[in-house]
Amino acid sequence: MSYVAIKGGGRAIAGAAAVTEFLRTEEGLGNTCTEPPEPLKIDAILHQLRHLVDRVISEGGVYHPKFAALAVKQSLGDTLEAAFALRAWRSTRPRLSATPPLDTSRMRLIRRISSAFKEIPGGQMLGPTPDYALRLLRLDLMDESPEAFRAIAREWLETCPDAQLPDSFPKVLDALRAEDLLPPVSATRQQAAFDITREPLVFPVPRSAALATMARAETGSLLGIAYSNMRGYGDVHPTVAELRVGYLPVTLPHPVTGEFTEAGEVLITECEVVAMYEAEGGGKPVFTVGYGACFGHNEVKAISMAILDRALQKGMKDGPANPSEDPEFVLLHVDGVDSMGFASHYKMPHYVTFQSDLDRLRTTQQKSGEPA
Amino acid sequence: MNKILEVRGLSKIYGPGCPQCLESTGPEVDTNLCPHCGSVVAIHDVSFDLFEGEILGVMGESGSGKSTVVKALYFDQAPSGGEAIFYDSDRQHDLFSLNAAQQRWLRNHRFGMVYQNPNLGLNFNISAGGNIAERLLMSDLMDYGAIRERAKALLARTEVLLSRVDDLPKNFSGGMQQRVQIAKALATRPPLLFLDEVTTGLDLSVQARILDLILEIQQELKTAMVVVTHDLGVIRLLAGRAIVMKYGRVIETGLTDQILEDPQHAYTQRLVASAL
Amino acid sequence: MNAMTHTTNAYNFGFLDEYAKKEVRRAVLKAIAIPGYQVPYASREMPMGRGFGTGGLQLTLSLIGPNEVVKVIDQGSDDSVNAVNLRQFIEMTCPGVSTTTKTAECTLVQSRHRIPELALTASQIIVLQVPYPDPLVVVEPSEDKRKTMHGEADYSRLLVKLYEDIVKFDEITISHRYPTRINGHYVIDPSPIPRWDVPKLNDSAALVLFGAGREKKIYAVPPHTRAEPLAFSDVPFRVEDFRDAAGRRRACARCGCTDSFLDEFVADSGSKTWQCSDSDWCDEQLLRTEHPQGELA
Repeated sequence: MSYVAIKGGGRAIAGAAAVTEFLRTEEGLGNTCTEPPEPLKIDAILHQLRHLVDRVISEGGVYHPKFAALAVKQSLGDTLEAAFALRAWRSTRPRLSATPPLDTSRMRLIRRISSAFKEIPGGQMLGPTPDYALRLLRLDLMDESPEAFRAIAREWLETCPDAQLPDSFPKVLDALRAEDLLPPVSATRQQAAFDITREPLVFPVPRSAALATMARAETGSLLGIAYSNMRGYGDVHPTVAELRVGYLPVTLPHPVTGEFTEAGEVLITECEVVAMYEAEGGGKPVFTVGYGACFGHNEVKAISMAILDRALQKGMKDGPANPSEDPEFVLLHVDGVDSMGFASHYKMPHYVTFQSDLDRLRTTQQKSGEPA
Repeated sequence: MNKILEVRGLSKIYGPGCPQCLESTGPEVDTNLCPHCGSVVAIHDVSFDLFEGEILGVMGESGSGKSTVVKALYFDQAPSGGEAIFYDSDRQHDLFSLNAAQQRWLRNHRFGMVYQNPNLGLNFNISAGGNIAERLLMSDLMDYGAIRERAKALLARTEVLLSRVDDLPKNFSGGMQQRVQIAKALATRPPLLFLDEVTTGLDLSVQARILDLILEIQQELKTAMVVVTHDLGVIRLLAGRAIVMKYGRVIETGLTDQILEDPQHAYTQRLVASAL
Repeated sequence: MNAMTHTTNAYNFGFLDEYAKKEVRRAVLKAIAIPGYQVPYASREMPMGRGFGTGGLQLTLSLIGPNEVVKVIDQGSDDSVNAVNLRQFIEMTCPGVSTTTKTAECTLVQSRHRIPELALTASQIIVLQVPYPDPLVVVEPSEDKRKTMHGEADYSRLLVKLYEDIVKFDEITISHRYPTRINGHYVIDPSPIPRWDVPKLNDSAALVLFGAGREKKIYAVPPHTRAEPLAFSDVPFRVEDFRDAAGRRRACARCGCTDSFLDEFVADSGSKTWQCSDSDWCDEQLLRTEHPQGELA
């Protein structure tokens, strides 16, 4: 028999990588389709699979759509793996500069809605959303011709009415705040935000650490815990005061003058929920607010985050009554890179620990067979 | 007799507090809730001494603050003011100026507590014997055989069937849970024991046997005890001296016989009359 | 951004940026200064899965210099897939560093689940990969509360678990990750090494470092520090028992060694054999038996 079953590890790893690469390129053999097969273009992923890219930049915590698209391509569309690759790349980069807190009222919007009011200052703007679409399979896309593909976009541009839209919109929360229905702006707003890429979470953590952790969280994990709160393991009872999707101008200190200069813009989704009211310190009762924001267009994530932000604030104040109000429970279990890595590690050899388990069980069994 | 505990001016206010809190609460105004700031004056200016081997009764109805007194002394809740000195043979401990680790040490080694709710005093997920072992392990006894013997001896002393030493206390009756709590509290032979409504909610016959057990222990081990209760009968049976509390203040203090025979405060008079 | 500049493998020496490495080294210094204390650190994402040794790897990459001789093992073997993977990554990102499979020759060994059988020396460092850094997690889920318990050296609830074990099974059933008290205060999770390896921590000549990447903690057993597995005075800590039914110590089927940790193999026929888990140790034993004179040289 062979010595140590795990010998030959080097060859095995190379073989696994090669067969995965074969699956990626198998179409190139021409056996599976009639068209001349082409490798997937980064631009095609960026545009036609944009929500995949949105997830990866958000969960990877790096706004680099092109690399996110590349990560999607090399991971064969696995978002956990793609976000992971983007994060690992981030580890090799020093942090050279930090933005000041950015003002989201300056966002160039592609979509904004409020479920609190029918009319909001600036008006509702539905924008690109599948919310009211019928989820019917569009069989016509099964074999879409390049001509038809190009015609759709061209026609939309030609027929789209010229809307007179302002560059930015006022925020719904500002209106509520002006009516004294919300707590005053938090005194912590001007404080430097906690940088989760440079500092570990040591509990209790400030709200900015919780928000940063959730902004990078894996969408499904965040949704799962937020949903538990919505269903009754919690009592946030949120109303979406405003949900906005658009491009946020990013300013950075100029390397020479130090002056804040606009360096570009990032696509983000932002959600502000208004929730159950309370009377702080015996004062006048006001609504409370939950905040969510993430890179890319990902509304489910932003809403989940806003609800959990409110739930966590409650838990930090009164002690958690539900898992979704417990900062340790929520913040330590929503990171995709951490959780998928650990789930995967169970596939690694555990021969030594299992040998040790066997020793204990055999000894215990032997003892239980002995007369007392 | 040597003094074991000296409590002076103990107070606890829940809420922001205001300059009018003290004059607006208390037995004269029949409330512990300050109408000006909404704070609760749970206790104010509670002072007493306790001597070695003595049982002091703290009597009052719910809301009188009697449980707050022992919770503060056992470090379950930090008081808002006042001080307490614990005389431990030749050493003195100023209880509320100790750090958390020192307070924990005293709790584990020198004090014992029996709660009305056994859930607070026992870990329901480990066996009755394990509960006692936990307290012994806190005081660095590291011999399994010795721990086991001591746990069994304590359970035997508190009349818990030895066949149940390895059972989970959540499967025990209420009276039996209190016996395990008492055994656990006694594990380190503490000179000072706090008992918070330990017989409330139990059957009368069970109550009587637990009270007997407490008396026997006090006579055997000379443990000093602070017994909190709303039950005049418990005070009559156990306590040599007592203090009566109402809305957070001490309204009467003295020998138990004296208080019961000749109550001075109108509230105590009504209490005694209704019990006779 | 011009993507082309990033497509070549022009990584910094040791993959991580220098700020990250400095932070890890500061955490290491603190860990050595407070033996057994879990030092929180930011923990970067590495290009392999959390749980595959990212904590150990960050320690290794932050500590090694160009003249280092590195050994990487997993389950005691240099050739297991994960060890190979980590070793290749170190070779790729640390030009100039050499690797070895020989325990005696390395200056730093990164390991998962084993400490080599050959006693390490004062000029060597061992880095152990850690999935769960906190031994108290079995009795207290909240990290905040555990921090206080560690600070006060309050381990009674952990000890009660041992007590309940003996009550139920007449044995302490903890097989690996055996809680071990360092320098009389902090109790550590020594990583999933078997009990066999725990005594090697005590008074070790080599520095022992523990890295938990996912849980973001670094801790240490400095050289010549006390490491005592938790036990009762009358129910002592015991390592794995490799005796057969007749009470004879099993020997490695390959090298004949009777004092090493053994892996159990089940052949297709159903019969069992035992072999050294530490592959370098096994090779060395074999060399000695084949060339007994070499031993004298």
